[in-house]
Amino acid sequence: MIGHLVLRALDRGAIAFLTTLAAIAVLVPVLNLALPPTSPFYLSSYFVALFGKYVCLALLALSIDLIWGYCGILSLGHGAFFALGGYAMGMYLMRQIGTRGVYAHPVLPDFMVFLNWPELPVYWYGFQHFAYAAFMVVFVPGLLAFVFGWFAFRSRVTGVYLSIITQALTFALMLGFFRNNFGFGGNNGLTDFKDILGFNVQAAPTRAALFVSSMLALMLGFVICRVVVSSKFGKVLVAIRDAEARTRFLGYRVEAYKVFVFTLSACMAGVAGALYVPQVGIINPSEFSPGNSIEAVIWVAVGGRGTLTGAVLGAVLVNYGKTYFTSGVLAPYWLFVLGGLFIAVTLLLPRGIVGTIHYHWREWRERRRLTAPVPNAAPRPAE
Amino acid sequence: MRAFSDRFIALVCALGVLAALMTAVRADPYEDGLRRFTADSFDETIEGINAVAMSGNALAAQVVGALQEGRLLFSAAEKRVFIREAADQLIDAATGRPVAGEVPSDLAPVRLNNRLRRIVEAALGSLTLMAPDPGKRLEAAQAVLKSKDANALPALEQAIAGESDPRVKQALNETRAAVVLYLENASDADKMDAIAVIRQRGDQDALALLGGLPGSASPAVKKAATDAIVSIENSLALWSAVQNAWYGLSLGSVLLLAAIGLAITFGVMGVINMAHGEMVMLGAYTTFVVQQVIRARNPALFDYSLAIAIPLAFAVAGIIGILIERGIISFLYGRPLETLLATWGLSLILQQGVRTVFGPTNKDVGNPSWMSGSFDLGQMTITYNRLWIIVFTLLIFMGLLAILRFTRFGLEMRAVTQNRAMAASMGIRTSRIDALTFGLGSGIAGLAGVALSQIDNVSPNLGQGYIIDSFMVVVFGGVGNLWGTLVGAFTLGIANKFLEPYAGAVLGKIAILVLIILFIQKRPRGLFALKGRAVEA
Repeated sequence: MIGHLVLRALDRGAIAFLTTLAAIAVLVPVLNLALPPTSPFYLSSYFVALFGKYVCLALLALSIDLIWGYCGILSLGHGAFFALGGYAMGMYLMRQIGTRGVYAHPVLPDFMVFLNWPELPVYWYGFQHFAYAAFMVVFVPGLLAFVFGWFAFRSRVTGVYLSIITQALTFALMLGFFRNNFGFGGNNGLTDFKDILGFNVQAAPTRAALFVSSMLALMLGFVICRVVVSSKFGKVLVAIRDAEARTRFLGYRVEAYKVFVFTLSACMAGVAGALYVPQVGIINPSEFSPGNSIEAVIWVAVGGRGTLTGAVLGAVLVNYGKTYFTSGVLAPYWLFVLGGLFIAVTLLLPRGIVGTIHYHWREWRERRRLTAPVPNAAPRPAE
Repeated sequence: MRAFSDRFIALVCALGVLAALMTAVRADPYEDGLRRFTADSFDETIEGINAVAMSGNALAAQVVGALQEGRLLFSAAEKRVFIREAADQLIDAATGRPVAGEVPSDLAPVRLNNRLRRIVEAALGSLTLMAPDPGKRLEAAQAVLKSKDANALPALEQAIAGESDPRVKQALNETRAAVVLYLENASDADKMDAIAVIRQRGDQDALALLGGLPGSASPAVKKAATDAIVSIENSLALWSAVQNAWYGLSLGSVLLLAAIGLAITFGVMGVINMAHGEMVMLGAYTTFVVQQVIRARNPALFDYSLAIAIPLAFAVAGIIGILIERGIISFLYGRPLETLLATWGLSLILQQGVRTVFGPTNKDVGNPSWMSGSFDLGQMTITYNRLWIIVFTLLIFMGLLAILRFTRFGLEMRAVTQNRAMAASMGIRTSRIDALTFGLGSGIAGLAGVALSQIDNVSPNLGQGYIIDSFMVVVFGGVGNLWGTLVGAFTLGIANKFLEPYAGAVLGKIAILVLIILFIQKRPRGLFALKGRAVEA
């Protein structure tokens, strides 16, 4: 059943894309680990971590594209789910530090010792087990998204209202996590990680393994999204995006569809955050800032809203641009570029890169078919 | 022999006169007190302070004041005391004249410890109770109130009798009551009177005074004190509620100021302008530039800087708003989510532009003299800048209502909002109205910037802090309704300030956010929802 669903979901383009991802997932660790540093093809661990970061952000973009591109829900607070997943992973990593912290306390993380906390708060229990942490990575963002979505969609908060409310959500969480008494390290967040599953997070093989895991997560996320959007369920989602009231009148329970896809998307964002944290080595409340979430939306817009490959491509391209700009003398101009990107994409390239290519490709095929003598060509399906 | 005896008598007489003179000198409590400072012992110094304070000498206040500030020097060898006036000027404490000749080599300041400091304060308090400056007298009364020094009672009685300033007189009476209340041997009737006076005062200090009543007091006095505490606490609770309401009004006016322009662009036009906060920021920076120019060219005009900045800020933000509408937003009508993204990008560019031109640090925007300072109303303090901002906000609000209601532009604007196609058929140039409406909303944001520059840090991030709050206000109040925005802003402001004491500032904010989300369950389109066709747009 599932196999059948997956097979039907993967068209030629999707398989080509997955193959490319798999090739990169194999190539990068090989170039990093198997080649001597003197080789011209050698990739340093810095680049492995950097690419790993891009891959996690691409997964975040994919989760946003699933709801924005296919269901018309523009969430400006997806960074919150990403950061919650990241915090869950960060809590696991903090517990792994053990006595190697500055205060060498066997149970309490450094910041709790520093703040004179007598014992571990209840919500930190269990995070020394990887399985529990991994469960929370998916569960916490999913639960928040479910509750939030249930409230929001049931009362038909749509369009820009929903965008503003999601932005307020992540803003409120940011304010909360900045507080010391929240128990998540306040301003400084969680950092200074040592081990993950017993392996040193700084070591090259661990980084390569994290990269491969991120890649696998991205591929899995892509397959899930493909399955969702190519099923009948996905068709309803697109119908909701294009004419919500009409879909409701046809008898579909719009809010149930929306809550499901919103929750699924939040879980994906949580996984992306969890894989992101060990690779960058820190999670702090600024990940919740509304600016981060809205930036992630623009990755999707650049790559092409409503095209899954576009979301991945957009995330990697924009973040590569960010790295390129902010690491040199051009740093002060990055915000000009980013701001210009927002305006240029919305005004000049509303379909995004991949979307535009698709559009012209289809148009070209159509024109070629129209030259053949078929008077009543089937109307092009709406996007 | 006779000559000898005469001489002897003369000698005795002379000695007697001399001795009498000597005892007269010794008997002067001021000089005696001064001499005690030279002993360099804390107990002697206390005696000295009391002696000097009670002496009634004109220099006494100066000496004790110098002692408090560590400017009182003594020479143990010569038994003399000096006041250091300036770096190299000494005054002889005994005579009050500058020391002309040789300065003793062993000068050292008279030492103090905490016990002595309190005594010095109390002594200084009673010494300055009769100072010519009413401000000084008030301070002195406060100092005695703090020390509750029984020795000051005679001085207090004297000061009350001679006092003409009603405020100072009241303070003196309260001080006297406090002293009497803590006096061991005062009668119960006197103490009851004292409690009544303190009860009238009715603030935290009064509570502390009554609460710290010595255990030796009689039951009747204790009961009166308890009653007074209860009544003061009740009135304080009331005042703190009033104070919270005032803070809430103040916060609400700030929210309204930031949201009112948004209510025009978002509410009337349905355009999400994420760069709205940056319009506020531009208004604040315009104020900064105006003040810089005034400081450089004509500092006398500084009090008028805001009056000059207001039209300029409106023009700057308004013109930029029109440019944004023409350049970006007019291409995106009917695509609200894209508008949101494009204007967000614009806000990044504007922020970074201001950062490049003015630098990332906070800019110093001054308060004109008529906006600084505060006054007391009952138990709360009202600052003038907050008061003016509330007035300014309400003026803008009413001005805007008047524009919408009574001008041709307002009429056309309402027509376009209600039915664009029909308005266009009636000959209204809708695209021009769109641009002007957006310019108006942005210009009002610029005005908000002028006001916010008075109470907030003027930095490139100024606008970002307000954008989410102002959207909340507009969403809560109901889109397309200015009255909704007014009610929404003040409701959120006051609710926030009432939650703050219980939940803290951050949790209060989160609670408000959750409440709004829950509120939207009940009324998805806000408090005052627009009915009709515009709803499903």
